[in-house]
Amino acid sequence: MTAASQAIAVTRTLEAVMRNDRGRLTAALIARLRDFQLAEEVLQEAAVSALTHWGRSGLPSSPQGWLLRVALRRAIDRLRSGQRDARRAADLAVLAADEADDTEPHMIADDRLRLIFTCCHPALEPKTRVALTLRTLGGLTTVEIAGAFLDDPTAMGQRLSRAKAKIAAAGIPFAIPAPEDWAERLQSVLVVVYLIFNQGYSANPGPQPLRRDLCEEAIFLARMLDALRPGEAETEGLLALLLLTHSRHAARHMAGVSVPLAQQDRALWDAPMIAEGLALLDRAMERRAPGPFQIKAAIGALHAAPGVTDWPQIALLYDSLLRMEPTPVIRLHRAVALAEAGALEPALLLLEPLARELDDYQPFHAARADLLARAGRIAAALTAYDQAIALAGSAADASFLGIRRDAAATLRANDKTTP
Amino acid sequence: MKYMILIYNDPALEPAYGTPAFDAMMAGFFAANQTMAADGVLVSGEGLQGVETATSLRIRGGKAETMDGPFATTKEHLGGYYVVDVADLDAALKYAALLPAAEFGTIEVRPLMNYNPAGN
Repeated sequence: MTAASQAIAVTRTLEAVMRNDRGRLTAALIARLRDFQLAEEVLQEAAVSALTHWGRSGLPSSPQGWLLRVALRRAIDRLRSGQRDARRAADLAVLAADEADDTEPHMIADDRLRLIFTCCHPALEPKTRVALTLRTLGGLTTVEIAGAFLDDPTAMGQRLSRAKAKIAAAGIPFAIPAPEDWAERLQSVLVVVYLIFNQGYSANPGPQPLRRDLCEEAIFLARMLDALRPGEAETEGLLALLLLTHSRHAARHMAGVSVPLAQQDRALWDAPMIAEGLALLDRAMERRAPGPFQIKAAIGALHAAPGVTDWPQIALLYDSLLRMEPTPVIRLHRAVALAEAGALEPALLLLEPLARELDDYQPFHAARADLLARAGRIAAALTAYDQAIALAGSAADASFLGIRRDAAATLRANDKTTP
Repeated sequence: MKYMILIYNDPALEPAYGTPAFDAMMAGFFAANQTMAADGVLVSGEGLQGVETATSLRIRGGKAETMDGPFATTKEHLGGYYVVDVADLDAALKYAALLPAAEFGTIEVRPLMNYNPAGN
């Protein structure tokens, strides 16, 4: 092997390990060091020295074990150079014992489940939970996370540092929640994964897609949760929901315009992904532990079903969902399903009381505009379309809404010509 | 870790003395005290008299200024506190959730400053 090809092999291996195993290595380090910041810094330092060492002496038999060992050694050095006291000394003894292990990758205890519960702890702000999960388990850089949120990288960096500092200072545990808290805390983790997916879903489909697709990142995290703690109906429900939704990603946009579900080219849907989602949903339902993500997945399954969409059934599922999540957004979806099932005027009446709470929510105005146009109330529909376009989060959505608005305007123009 | 559990509430929303709701609240506090003591986590805890008894003081330019009333004029006032010594935030939050005031006020949980990082 030439020096150049050796250097390339080293870089590729290191990149692959840091991408695939970063979460696992970070979790293993946090488990030993009990310090997010220190864990992240020493892993980064270990990666930098890997470039030099592996280039000189060849790839180690276990790159993951090597990185863990070197990172721990760095941490020990740092602790030694700091204040020496009883607790630090005890820490060092534990660390030194760990360091002696010549750890193969499969032998590195998987602490990612504990880590995700720390990152998604309710004592952190919801947006911080999302960012911290992407950073520590997804291994996205601060710049990538800031990009996904259209945030300033400096502000995102500060948000992450504040979170790590709070975890340490407030004593947020690095632990699997107690059985009595399990269901609630798992739901909090699943919501974070769902938010990550939604952030990716609503992103502007520009010519330069993000290097790391947040939808795929969320699917990776849901798979990870399902693997680390199998048999959870809601985790399976979430993964099913994400797969069923993501299966349509190739059909969602055409020439920079959003395509509504009913008009999508089904040949572009990812059939194996749909099959996997449906199988997961079946497995989840058999556990007889219903939850919001399973219901959302069941709604997704009805949308993916061939033939005419079963809107009355979808409306019923929204009824069940509303009992678990009595939010205005679910009420909006339920009203739309009722309208699709034929109850147009009752649906419009159900929308009225939501106007105040959902005034800033683009899909509310878009749905209302659509129903008003169908009910023949064109002037009101055009106003609602204008509100929706003003709130559109992406150019693709704005283009789509513009086309709908023009269609409604044409209706009115035609209407005027008839006496 | 030691945490202070600060109880904030709006006196207007508190159950009135002499009502069954007041008795239930006091019984709830008593039960919480018992649990914390039995679990060996209770370091200290006190209830405060009403905010109308508060006096604030500050020294400006070497001169003490004394004022009637609390530091901040908000609806929810500090009404009492506990200090518990527990493993982590989750444990502290569990004890905070035992306090009846959580149902009509807000409980803030904060770690105490640790002046002795060696922990001995």
